[in-house]
Amino acid sequence: MKKKPQIQSGSVFGTILGIALGILWIFPFYWAMNTAMSVDTDTIKIPPNWFPMPMIFDSFKYVLDNTPIVQWYINSVYTSLIVVVVVLFITMAGAYALSQLEFPFKKTIFIIFLAGFMIPGATNIVPLFMMMNQVNMVNTNWGLILPQLVSPIALIIYKQFFDQMPQELTDAARIDGAGEIRILFRIFLPLNWGITWALAIVLFIWTWNNFFWPFIVINSTPKMTIPVGITQVNSWYGIAYGRIMASAVLAALPMALIYIIFQKKVSEGVAMTAGIKG
Amino acid sequence: METRIKRRRYQHWKTALLLLLPFTVVYVLFLLYPTGRVLYLSFTDSDIAGVGNFIGGDNYIKLIGDKLFWASLWHTIYFILLTVVPNTAVGLLIAMLLDKMKRFRSFAQVLFFLPYILPVSVVTQIWLWVLNTNYGIYNFLLQNHINWFKSVPTAMPAVALVTIWWTVGFNVLLFIAGLKAIPREMYEAAALDGVDKGFRVFRYITWPLLWPVTSLVLLLQLIAQWQIFNQVYLLTNGGPFNKTIVVLQYMYVQAFQNGHGGYASTISIALFVIILITSLIQLKFLSLKGNS
Repeated sequence: MKKKPQIQSGSVFGTILGIALGILWIFPFYWAMNTAMSVDTDTIKIPPNWFPMPMIFDSFKYVLDNTPIVQWYINSVYTSLIVVVVVLFITMAGAYALSQLEFPFKKTIFIIFLAGFMIPGATNIVPLFMMMNQVNMVNTNWGLILPQLVSPIALIIYKQFFDQMPQELTDAARIDGAGEIRILFRIFLPLNWGITWALAIVLFIWTWNNFFWPFIVINSTPKMTIPVGITQVNSWYGIAYGRIMASAVLAALPMALIYIIFQKKVSEGVAMTAGIKG
Repeated sequence: METRIKRRRYQHWKTALLLLLPFTVVYVLFLLYPTGRVLYLSFTDSDIAGVGNFIGGDNYIKLIGDKLFWASLWHTIYFILLTVVPNTAVGLLIAMLLDKMKRFRSFAQVLFFLPYILPVSVVTQIWLWVLNTNYGIYNFLLQNHINWFKSVPTAMPAVALVTIWWTVGFNVLLFIAGLKAIPREMYEAAALDGVDKGFRVFRYITWPLLWPVTSLVLLLQLIAQWQIFNQVYLLTNGGPFNKTIVVLQYMYVQAFQNGHGGYASTISIALFVIILITSLIQLKFLSLKGNS
């Protein structure tokens, strides 16, 4: 495919303004890094240093050595990976059935799944907590993970993409004697790697960033995920702003890296899920 | 003959059942069942462990007379007023600015989008620091000592500001996609008709053609912002003097601090109904406007 040279309609003035505003926008984040890399006494100096002089990493080292942040990372990675893999599997399978197979009450079932959109997740927190309490899963990994496995959005996105697959493909495979599950994993999945990746990344970011449920269900510090864990740092360090900002920057790092590496996929996935949600 | 067709038609139903089962189990257990249970609980005096008795509509009567509930509802509406439309407007302006850039467009987009992918607590930690009363950089630049999150007039606007900073990238992303979808020929045709001045082009071409995206952005934000909790909890904790407590936070307080699972469920149901009504009204209103 040959790409046409993009006709750029913008102006130099627009370019300068856009970059200037962008830098102003991201300034608080820069400032957090500045504070995290400064000597403690410099963080509360007036007037402040606009660059860390001297630049030191003591605060980072302190946070890594003296908080369970590494454990929080592990918890977050573990939780997010399990949620992403399970959600992708079960929604892909369900979507395949709804899209390609005939069975009784198919329409009704799909409508019930669609109705899930109208339920705001946050209002279910109390009964979810009670359920987890009844099966002794409060403050456990399973209690953290299980309620996050519901993702009607992923199912509906898969169904939309599966609906667009040519019927001949499935028919031909069936005539060749391929079973349905084989068709799903050998034909549908490879042909939909693009959305699977985009979905995986967006689900990963969502799960990683999820605050409300992990905050409710986990109450012992070593079991927390990163976003909940770093809120503890405040009360430990009081006014040691360098350390607080170091923990914030460390917590921001994985998502920032994922975004910078997978920028296109992230944008694609976010737009895709947003369009569906509406 | 008919049964044979039917059998053929449903020949895969066992596979379908197998494939659908895992999702269905998760969906019923963690979405449908809790939704039903929250409704039931709202008619009980249950504690947070779920133990309690059916008490009819008492919780609802209590809710109607509960001043703090109405205060939390008003604070939520205030927060919505401060965020939904402003955030959409800022998002649209940034998207249009990015559209006017000759180079470095995606670089600038990264700068606006980056906050959106950060965890909420990272965002609030950063803003608690840059808006710190004594040492915050913004108070230094303003040569002032405003106690942003702890004084009544600034607390909620400051939370709104942080929210816009955090989430505008999402709106920008959708608006850029929307702007790209407007065919260049529209602008060329409009120019032939004499519509070539900036504001008139926006008024007669960009705005109406972008309306489907705008309405989507408004709807998504409205639904999300009714459920505001995290930023308020982390930035002001509902203070000062409960002046920024929001509905979901009040539910949280009733459930997990006071142990009133039943009454908290009543608050949940109230919020649920509000969100449902809003989205229905808005969908109807927006689709009407979109057609005209």
